[in-house]
Amino acid sequence: MLRFIIRRLLWLVPTVVFVTFLVYVAIRIGWNPVATYKRANPRASEAKVQQYIEVNGLYEGFWGYIRGYFSWLWSFVQGPDQWPRSIKGRAEVWPPLRYSMFNTLRLAGISTIIGISIGLLTGIIASLRPGGIVDGVINTSAFVVGSIQPFVSAVVLQLIFAVQLGWLPPAGVYPPGQDGFDLWLMTQHLILPVTVVAIQIIAGYARYMRASILDVRSSDYLRTARAKGISEFRVLTRHSVRNALVPVVTLLGLDLGTILGGLIITEAIFEYPGMGVFFLRAAGNGDFPQLMPYMVIIIVSVLMFNLIADLTYAVLDPRIRLD
Amino acid sequence: MTDSVLKLRDVKVSFNTENGVVQAVRGVDLDVAAGEMVGVVGESGSGKSVTFLGVMGLLPGSATVTGSATVGGVEMVGGGKKVLRGIRGKKMAMIFQDPLSALNPVHKIGDQIIEIIRAHNDVSNSEASTRAVELLDIVGIPQPKERSRQYPHEFSGGMRQRVMIAMAIANDPDVLIADEPTTALDVTVQAQILEVIQRIQRDMRTAVVMITHDLGVIARVADRVQVMYAGRVVERASVMNLFDEPSHPYTVGLLSSLPRHGQTRLEPIIGSPPNMLQPPSGCAFRARCTFATDACAVDVLPELVPHGESMSACIRVNEIDLAVKV
Amino acid sequence: MTDIAVSDSDDIELPPADAVQGLTVQSVSPTRMAWRRYWRHWGAAISTVIMGFLLVVVILAPITARYGVDEQVCDISVCKNQFLPPSSIAWFGTDSIGHDMYSRLIYGMRVSIFIGIASAFLSVLIGTAVGAIAGLRGGRFDDIVMRVTDIFLAFPFLVAVIVVRQFLGGLDFLEPIIGEVSSIKFMIFLFAIFGWMGVARLVRGQVLALKEREFIEAARAVGATNKRVVIAHLLPNSIGPILVALTLSVIGAITAESTLSFFGLGPQPGQGSTSLGQLIELARSGARQGNWWLVVFPCGALVLLAVCINFIGDGLRDALDPKLDKGH
Ligand SMILES: Nc1ncnc2c1ncn2[C@@H]1O[C@H](COP(=O)(O)OP(=O)(O)OP(=O)(O)O)[C@@H](O)[C@H]1O
Ligand SMILES: [Mg+2]
Repeated sequence: MLRFIIRRLLWLVPTVVFVTFLVYVAIRIGWNPVATYKRANPRASEAKVQQYIEVNGLYEGFWGYIRGYFSWLWSFVQGPDQWPRSIKGRAEVWPPLRYSMFNTLRLAGISTIIGISIGLLTGIIASLRPGGIVDGVINTSAFVVGSIQPFVSAVVLQLIFAVQLGWLPPAGVYPPGQDGFDLWLMTQHLILPVTVVAIQIIAGYARYMRASILDVRSSDYLRTARAKGISEFRVLTRHSVRNALVPVVTLLGLDLGTILGGLIITEAIFEYPGMGVFFLRAAGNGDFPQLMPYMVIIIVSVLMFNLIADLTYAVLDPRIRLD
Repeated sequence: MTDSVLKLRDVKVSFNTENGVVQAVRGVDLDVAAGEMVGVVGESGSGKSVTFLGVMGLLPGSATVTGSATVGGVEMVGGGKKVLRGIRGKKMAMIFQDPLSALNPVHKIGDQIIEIIRAHNDVSNSEASTRAVELLDIVGIPQPKERSRQYPHEFSGGMRQRVMIAMAIANDPDVLIADEPTTALDVTVQAQILEVIQRIQRDMRTAVVMITHDLGVIARVADRVQVMYAGRVVERASVMNLFDEPSHPYTVGLLSSLPRHGQTRLEPIIGSPPNMLQPPSGCAFRARCTFATDACAVDVLPELVPHGESMSACIRVNEIDLAVKV
Repeated sequence: MTDIAVSDSDDIELPPADAVQGLTVQSVSPTRMAWRRYWRHWGAAISTVIMGFLLVVVILAPITARYGVDEQVCDISVCKNQFLPPSSIAWFGTDSIGHDMYSRLIYGMRVSIFIGIASAFLSVLIGTAVGAIAGLRGGRFDDIVMRVTDIFLAFPFLVAVIVVRQFLGGLDFLEPIIGEVSSIKFMIFLFAIFGWMGVARLVRGQVLALKEREFIEAARAVGATNKRVVIAHLLPNSIGPILVALTLSVIGAITAESTLSFFGLGPQPGQGSTSLGQLIELARSGARQGNWWLVVFPCGALVLLAVCINFIGDGLRDALDPKLDKGH
């Protein structure tokens, strides 16, 4: 197990290098960072532009791309204060990125906890009497709700609860002008975005969990468990749910890997200052120095959670050998 | 037979399916006394497993069970969840057909045995654990302590079946149902498993029902036999009588499909079992029976008729010559 | 008794499996069975009717729409035409420049459904080819395809789409083939780039599973070549899952179009045309200003499409692959 983790972590390094290189190429071709720099700083002198190219490694030609990538990588690994600065006002990249990362983690964390617990629970309830009324209602509504695009639910919820009824604030983390921490205000602002994200998770995981339990329902070992004379509740928790969780938790691991970059729509609609809004702004400006660290975080998060998913799979199912 | 611990009377099991009602078991009687081993034989699909799963309440919701089944005088059919829970694994335990899938792959062997112990006894985890290791030792698993900490996939088929047996006898049940315990195993392991079961039957005076379609197994270990066909008992006999003078054409068919000394050609029973969605009237075997007459189609409830010391469902049993051609 | 050997259970004659099950084998053709199963799925049945109706409405847009795409419900000099709530002259209300939302919705859905269907077909075409080759050939090609799709599918979808969109737009030499970034053609190609991967994995899995089956062995044994095996046996046998994937990629592409448009990154069909995504982009400001009709109708249309198409996919799955029957 430990050897597996170490080997996978060692593999992580070349994988991150390779994928970031691809992303580096895509961004350079897609956004043409030198042009976007000049657009953002129309009065920049030739020397300034040259300096920007040097610092970010934006050389031309085949070898220029390779050399440029490694020179960017070199400045990147030296730590946030050495990172090239944003094209807008030479602002540092890490403080706003870290700020948005924590905001997204807060939104993602709360929504995931709420969404997963409700989702798994409803899935289990639905599976108790497959084909029954409760199952029909849960399964069908999960199906329909799961078909609703998150920006639709976000816009509709915003329209109803923030604009028409005025119960909740429509956007942001705090009202304009507020500074300092205020739990009550923050909770109010979080309710709508959390609902939008949690609904998606609930709809998805209720169906996964239900399908997974129905999969194990006719297993011989459930019959063995019943033949022992233990309670139905124990059969459910120790046997059906326990075994059904194996694929579901693995899936959850993979889903969590994408969540940092996956809340763009919700964040944009509720003007929630998270990673998604950061990315949209950076992408809109073609801000190369901001885009690259963002991408690194997304890539590392995806790969790390892939590893975590593999590990949980092995922990939950002893038949899986890691090597 | 007043002292029988397991008593089935007119047990019927039917399944509601998309295609109609499948009458899997159509009235089965059975008595087993303490320390006795009764064999139940019959082709695949004759309703052997379903009978016992049915009385223990282990069938899916689509199944309906009627009749009466008592263990030590306690009625199971129609008994509530509480009653069934008290019986399962305590008074009546079952060893299943396929040891590969009958154990939960994600729990340790020891924990799975502990679970059945603690379901019926107010003991601590460590006490139950000690007992589990003891049980593994009884069924002949070497290094039981270490083995109890392993998972099912680390055990061979024969070893898993031993674990199943250990689990089944954990609470010293009055009745043990062994549902084809050896079918999935190779011949040498089969013999060992049978020995373990016989030892338990002897030492603990457990009433054992040995379900199988292997007459060889019956010949070795059972005291009495019930032959089932299409959800009904067609013959009830002592093992000796079954082989020496079978009293139902179906039994004769089963016996002549067995390999014997000096015989090179096996004689399978011609035809296939009836469709249980619409069981035929009268004797279900008549379509495949060389002795069948019009009288066999009359739908009288087949009271078993005596034939020598055996009981037979064949109404013509005393008119025909049932000698097994050797 | 001594003459009875301990026998293997196999020596006893076993009846055929169907007889054991006690089920009669129905003599209905598989297609008829699938057809029947499909219509018994009530969600799919209702959805098919709705989708059929929508398709007719959308195809006959010049007849079914009341106004032209860029036509105002009335001249500003005659009456106020901006942000009118639903009324008899504009059933679904009007937008900021007095366009009839009902008519625009029909034209917008026309474009979006076209994008969805076109890119779904392209995805399935590419995906089936790549998946079949990867599954049959195995080896290096298979490895690379699987790795690439692994990376792509693990990435947050929207981030990947935006980066790839920008990247393709930056490759000037591709423009003659895939069109301009804001063109409909470009969108179709963009979504196909993401869509084929799921199909390829699915087809590859099917091919690997089918490769093991006897009839393929038999075809090989009589000298059928790889290509023939694929065309004659594998594809007809995996038509079910492919059809399901096709259906689901349609709504995948429609959703992606709306999402990109929502951020102003979608197609700009320009004068005389619109798309569902563009209407939904309006919904964003509509919500803030309380113009509910700008939100409700386009969003409702999108959700309706999604629910219907997902139900149709679900019905197809049930009908074409009874093994996946969800435990009735
Ligand atoms: N859940 C079910 N739904 C419908 N029919 C069932 C179900 N379970 C069993 N049956 C039917 O009940 C009949 C008896 O099955 P059973 O398992 O008792 O046979 P068996 O004698 O134990 O055979 P085997 O030797 O193969 O174990 C069969 O015809 C089977 O098709
Ligand atoms: Mg059986």
